[in-house]
Amino acid sequence: MSLTPDSVPRLPRGVRLRHDTVRDAHVLLAPERTFDLDPNAVAVLSLVDGTRSIRAIAEVLARQYEAERSVIEPDVIAMLDGLLVKRVLETVPAA
Amino acid sequence: MNAVAPPPLPAPIGLLAELTHRCPLRCPYCSNPLELDRRSAELDTATWQRVLREAAALGVLHVHLSGGEPTARQDIVEITRTCAELGLYSNLITSGVAGALGKLDALSEAGLDHVQLSVQAAEAGNAERIGGLKDAQPQKFAFAERVTALGLPLTLNAVIHRGNIAEVPALIDLAVRLGAKRLEVAHTQYYGWAYVNRAALMPAKPDVDRSIRIVEEARERLKGQLVIDLVVPDYYAKYPKACAGGWGRRLMNVTPTGKVLPCHAAETIPGLEFWHVQDRPLGEIWADSPAFRAYRGTEWMQEPCRSCDRREKDWGGCRCQALALAGDAKATDPACSLSPLHGKVQALAVAESALETAPDYQYRTIGGAPRVATPEGAPV
Repeated sequence: MSLTPDSVPRLPRGVRLRHDTVRDAHVLLAPERTFDLDPNAVAVLSLVDGTRSIRAIAEVLARQYEAERSVIEPDVIAMLDGLLVKRVLETVPAA
Repeated sequence: MNAVAPPPLPAPIGLLAELTHRCPLRCPYCSNPLELDRRSAELDTATWQRVLREAAALGVLHVHLSGGEPTARQDIVEITRTCAELGLYSNLITSGVAGALGKLDALSEAGLDHVQLSVQAAEAGNAERIGGLKDAQPQKFAFAERVTALGLPLTLNAVIHRGNIAEVPALIDLAVRLGAKRLEVAHTQYYGWAYVNRAALMPAKPDVDRSIRIVEEARERLKGQLVIDLVVPDYYAKYPKACAGGWGRRLMNVTPTGKVLPCHAAETIPGLEFWHVQDRPLGEIWADSPAFRAYRGTEWMQEPCRSCDRREKDWGGCRCQALALAGDAKATDPACSLSPLHGKVQALAVAESALETAPDYQYRTIGGAPRVATPEGAPV
């Protein structure tokens, strides 16, 4: 159960990306835990909307950072796989 | 510029809102205080809503709606809606019995984020003996089913002790069957009613070790399906847990009557002055209340904590446990292997768990505080 470039990730109910105004940082709020996010994680999660595939997310990031999608994509998968295994991310079932 | 500036005050991240002490269950491991608050003394809706607004402004992200049984409050839906409006992550900590199911749909609609459901055991008869309520188990299962049907994430919380430690594998199976994403296998923490019932609850070390191995095996087997959090029992531990993430660093607890505590057992420490939400804003209480200042940081520490490399990891462990077991709230938590009392505490646990027949439970009841507030043999 690992993600592929075709996977369409989304945040399940009970998991929210939020800007914490007091600490001026983005956090992922989840059951009984808070994930502190680095700027890269925020950039990825901001594009996780339940419609974009991982390939599409990597394409947007490649344009933003002027890098190759093939370089970015494995990092995106690795980061999202980590959240998937913690059950704070899910994939949209293929139609 | 010679003076060392005091460390900046950390912003609290979590608020434990003990909305009521009323509860249909009577679990002997409850960590609520022995003197439970009565309904007539509970905070009103508007005060709770103000507390939530102040908490959000202060930096709180998670609100744990707890008790007692939080759904026993008529205004639980309103309170949950206020959390959602403020962007606070709301976590309902519930027994799932009595009126809980009837309010669940409205809670979900109000924006509830997560449900933590307690189970006393996997086997119904045992569960209902521990919780002291007949027919509780089918109600819990029906409640869990509705939680997942609504698309809410479900955590199952099982407090582990002598009376159910053999059921850890069955509890793991149950969590999977009920569709929980998380399971908390939480060994009893001996405060409040659990402290009085310690001799009836203390499991034997080999059983504890086995339960830990079972959890580790299940984590591997159920990776990606069920997340299992394990709280190990203090008395058999090597190092203490950082109680509440360190005193006055991350969490605060508001009691049903509005008292603000650094942890839910803090009232057991004599001489601490607690402030009330009715009298002052939450931010002032967090920063300046004598109770919060008493053990914040490391300045108050004695040896061996004071010079210990771990002092900012576990913050000396639990102050309430230090008081209960060492007779001094500033002592190193005797759960720590570096405490001079650690050996005695372990011996106590071994002796209690070796009792051939566990003593009867003293069930938790409002107004039913046992006359003897400490078990035999404590403080050590």
